[in-house]
Amino acid sequence: MRVATGLAFAAAMLMTTAVRAEDLAVKIGVLSDMSGLYADLGGPGSVTAAKLAVEDFNPAAHGLKVEIVSADMQNKPDVGANVARQWFDVDHVDMIIDVPNSGVALAVNEVAREKNKVFIVSGAASSDLTGAKCSPDTIHWTYDTWMLANGTGKALVKSGGDTWFFLTADYAFGHALERDTTAVILANGGKVLGSVSHPLNTSDFSSFLLQAQASKAKVIGLANAGGDTINSIKQGAEFGITSGGQQFAGLLVFISDVGSLGLKTAQGLVLTETWYWDMTDANRAFTKRWQASHAGKFPTMVHAGVYSGVLHYLKAVAALKAASDGKAVVAKMKEMPTDDPLFGKGSVRADGRTIHPAYLFEVKKPEESKYPGDDYKLRATIAADEAFRPLKAGGCPLVTN
Amino acid sequence: MFTILGHPSQQLFGQLLLGLINGSFYALLSLGLAVIFGMLNIINFTHGAQYMMGAFVAYILLNYLGINYWLALIIAPIVIGAIGVVIERLFLARIRQLDHLYGLILTFGLALIIEGLFRNYYGSSGQPYAVPDSLQGGHNLGFMFLPNYRAWVIAFSLVVCFATWFAIERTRLGSYLRAATENPTLVRAFGINVPRMVTLTYGFGVGLAALAGVMAAPIYNVSPQMGSDLIIVVFAVVVIGGMGSIMGAILTGFALGIVEGLTKVFFPEASNTVIFAIMIVVLLLRPAGLFGRSV
Repeated sequence: MRVATGLAFAAAMLMTTAVRAEDLAVKIGVLSDMSGLYADLGGPGSVTAAKLAVEDFNPAAHGLKVEIVSADMQNKPDVGANVARQWFDVDHVDMIIDVPNSGVALAVNEVAREKNKVFIVSGAASSDLTGAKCSPDTIHWTYDTWMLANGTGKALVKSGGDTWFFLTADYAFGHALERDTTAVILANGGKVLGSVSHPLNTSDFSSFLLQAQASKAKVIGLANAGGDTINSIKQGAEFGITSGGQQFAGLLVFISDVGSLGLKTAQGLVLTETWYWDMTDANRAFTKRWQASHAGKFPTMVHAGVYSGVLHYLKAVAALKAASDGKAVVAKMKEMPTDDPLFGKGSVRADGRTIHPAYLFEVKKPEESKYPGDDYKLRATIAADEAFRPLKAGGCPLVTN
Repeated sequence: MFTILGHPSQQLFGQLLLGLINGSFYALLSLGLAVIFGMLNIINFTHGAQYMMGAFVAYILLNYLGINYWLALIIAPIVIGAIGVVIERLFLARIRQLDHLYGLILTFGLALIIEGLFRNYYGSSGQPYAVPDSLQGGHNLGFMFLPNYRAWVIAFSLVVCFATWFAIERTRLGSYLRAATENPTLVRAFGINVPRMVTLTYGFGVGLAALAGVMAAPIYNVSPQMGSDLIIVVFAVVVIGGMGSIMGAILTGFALGIVEGLTKVFFPEASNTVIFAIMIVVLLLRPAGLFGRSV
């Protein structure tokens, strides 16, 4: 009996080695907000996007065997860091992607650096991830606070909105967004009249809106996201902010937010994104496939970023024929130009920043929208070399003059 | 215009009024909790989910059936109240003899399931719901712009709160209810159907949550987690007011709304925390709550 078990065990070991010899096993962990306020802009939709990327890459043809796992970081840095440790140490995860919360992303960034594993940020915004906190293991894919500030902030100051008041979510992301936007406003000759920090997940914004109203600022900058942005705009309409001549700047607004605000409330809102589902045929085709698992919803730029990030990662791993050394994979990803159906051609910079164009959109009026999801009209395209913070301005230690 | 601690008085008056509006929601929700706890001895953790369901019923009525806000104000509490009655019959009635903890865990589990179902179907970012046409716009009060809808929320919740208090503390039906909590066996001996009364009380408490949900739909984001964001605060309100005290729940609801409103001016970062700080102080000084009787 014992001999038989021993033989079976030995046979099993041999079989696994046999598989290993043929196919390189790669494990990707989608770490996202699966149940909270950011679950619609990332969450299960990010898992779908990652699966589609793996499907399109066709791992078998490249000698890879890719597995995707996912977990909920609950918007808590400690939970996110623990999952990351568990994944890297115990579950042999090679790469973590998404993490739509800057606080959590900064924590995971440190874990990935320590364990020398790849971290691709799609959902988080803080530009510190490629600035002071940049890491040789981290790539920031989709967007960041500097790019949002530069897109929306600059456009509004240029069109006359030169005095600002901020409603800021009181954590890493909100403060980074306020800081980056303030820099853009001042650089373009505007002024910041004041700001108020509110706790994450606030349901009533009327007090803060009243303070913003009293400031007489022309633009009320919303340095928050998800449900907080929705509540701010919804209640702002009620308190006559927009009819009183003040204007909202949704510094981070996703198409999922516009859907829950409704075009009637959201119309005229100016926002910056790097991807919109209805821009190209390739985007529409991706949306259709993505919607097979999420009927009636529309993918956000975060979902598109997960798709594109996973694809580029797999290309790099296939080229290296190894996934265990995070720094080597990231170096390879920086070396190879990016090219995929959703973001087109681009590159990954030395500080980990992925470079592609950004788009300034305006939310359509209800009568301009012809079909569900027909929410944006393009106001301007910000060229790839202007969309993101100049390499040397970020203070990233990886960048040597 | 004078200033208080560096803030213009106008701004403070505005915050007081806004605090009162938020207080109306706290009062309505904590009232339902207090009624349920007072009569059933159940700590109803499903309350937040029932509030959320109220808002969603309003959304569903409007978007699928074209039924407006005013009818939703009536229909949603009845629908959700009826679901509450089923929950009471199926689950709560069976654990009445057991420790509070069982009811707490049961209702908490139900809340998680309900939220999960709604999230699965509607996603987490929420659904749009507009302010009814007749309450659009607002008035400039000199110190602040008061939207008509908010004025309606204060007025209506005051009426509902007072009516509930009156029904329980001053009517014959209310006296049966209170007697049945003290000594159910004796009240049954008088030929009163106590279990049915208890079931209906639960249905009523849940209906109040749904009503608050409908009232919240036009101003807060209608999302599956809207209840869990609010319910923790409401529990703190009930604890501060004293579990089971009807008047206590109403008064503390409004008072804490005001305290929170003022915190949003002086120290906005703490506005989600201030109520819990008060709760700790109250529990240390008066463990039964401000209006509670010590048992």
